[in-house]
Amino acid sequence: MQSNWSGCWALFIKEVRRFYSVVVQTVFAPIVATLLYLLVFGHVLETQIETYASVSYSQFLIPGLVMMAILQNAFSNTSSSLIQSKMHGNLSFVLLSPISAFEFYVAFVLASIVRGVVVGLGILIIGVIGFDLTWQSPLWVLIFAILSAAMMGGLGMLAGIISDKYDHLAAFQNFVIMPLTFLSGVFYSIHALPEFWQQLSYFNPFFYMVDGFRYGFFEQSDVSVYLSLLVTILFLIIVSSINLILLRKGVKIRQ
Amino acid sequence: MSNVPAVRFQHVKKEYGALSALKGISFDVEEGAFFGLLGPNGAGKSTLINAMSGLVIPTSGRIEIQGHDVIADYRQTRRLLGLVPQELIADPFFSIRELLDLQSGYFGLKGVKQRAWVGELLERLALSDKSDANTGQLSGGMKRRVLIAMALVHRPRVLVLDEPTAGVDVDLRRTLWDFTKELHQQGHTIILTTHYLEEAEALCDKVAIMQEGEIKALDTTQSLLSKHNYRYLRVTLAQSAKNLIPPLEERLVEREPNGLVFKLEKTTSLSKLLAWLSEARLEIEDISSRDASLEEVFLDLTAEGKSNAE
Repeated sequence: MQSNWSGCWALFIKEVRRFYSVVVQTVFAPIVATLLYLLVFGHVLETQIETYASVSYSQFLIPGLVMMAILQNAFSNTSSSLIQSKMHGNLSFVLLSPISAFEFYVAFVLASIVRGVVVGLGILIIGVIGFDLTWQSPLWVLIFAILSAAMMGGLGMLAGIISDKYDHLAAFQNFVIMPLTFLSGVFYSIHALPEFWQQLSYFNPFFYMVDGFRYGFFEQSDVSVYLSLLVTILFLIIVSSINLILLRKGVKIRQ
Repeated sequence: MSNVPAVRFQHVKKEYGALSALKGISFDVEEGAFFGLLGPNGAGKSTLINAMSGLVIPTSGRIEIQGHDVIADYRQTRRLLGLVPQELIADPFFSIRELLDLQSGYFGLKGVKQRAWVGELLERLALSDKSDANTGQLSGGMKRRVLIAMALVHRPRVLVLDEPTAGVDVDLRRTLWDFTKELHQQGHTIILTTHYLEEAEALCDKVAIMQEGEIKALDTTQSLLSKHNYRYLRVTLAQSAKNLIPPLEERLVEREPNGLVFKLEKTTSLSKLLAWLSEARLEIEDISSRDASLEEVFLDLTAEGKSNAE
């Protein structure tokens, strides 16, 4: 069967324009909120938490916050777009077009990567200028930023598909995404945790994304960067596969 | 004109748990037809239409658009079909023109020719002045016109209108009738669901009446009307009628200030009715006869279905 990549591109552009039309809410607000974390936690915990050698706490914190912003915004982009389209009914405009389930998925996830990376970049620029942050391996930074945003865009789509109302989505966001993000080592190295919590962190996929991303800056990490890459890719594949099955079956979107 | 029907339904079933929304629907809509799909609320009309357009996946059966299967060959069938949904959909993030451009993009359509077609649609549907307005701010009638433009953006051969005139004012209803008639004359196959049966009677050359997920009747509009076993007689009286004799009472469907309306079997002669009126000592001023309207045929058929079900 022939493909419709120009249709996919149009849907991607639509999704980017959707978040750009409310750029204060979707880009500037998350940047400001994350910088407040940096200001408060960085200042208060600067001398309290031990990180890597020759790395200040603020420098350690910035990549974690950048990744947190990428994860949360990539998730929000697909999930909120999908639930809004379902609620307003305008999802049927796309469903009536000759765009396949795979093209649909790709368009939404690419747009979520764009939003996640744009917000992350905004925080990173301030970090580089204000806190003398440098990256040792920019390629790892880029790889983890893109793969993690894609995974979270996929997870957002999953949440958007299975949610019937905003309340369901809020529950997913507050009881799954938020705890996993805060317990992923954004604010600390897991080696600073008691043994039990350290072991538990290894079951949190977000930890590997934050740790691998941080490796790109300091070439130091809690676990091997290759393990982090493997876990991130594995989760991306799992989330994408579930999404594609649901989209092909039309679960909750094609009645 | 090709022999392949514009739309073919073959044993289409849709089940939602224990509820059977469609119970094995089979019929064809010929190429170039103006087809009416009628039925009470919950009859399954929208489910059938949505199954045709891919918004609902049937539990079993097959639907073809110009010979292409809507599941296996969905890209082709979605290019052939335009759907105007019943719900008034809006997208608060975009203007009318942006929505039409985006919809064109989903079909891979762009360039000068497509832009000209979008401009033509805006003009033809009297949306040019509002093309930069956000769809969230439009009135119901405007939104309906936007939905029609959206359905036509890829120039589909088959246009499906699900209750297009529900909740629109008389002027707009007339405009939409003219527009759909024009599309039909240009060779489009039109499938219309409506609650306004006079609309179906005026526009459709063939009609299917659905009830509880099944087709109750399927015929040309004229044939359906002529098959109806009754005619209606309006009798204007010189004085009000208080006591009617039983055969008149049984056939009375409406009392008017200065007259009575009777539903008379076609097998009962007019002279018989006159004899009954005379027996009831009623002084007749005028008498007029008409055949059943589609609405009356529809009501009879659906009432029959209900009593059979009971």
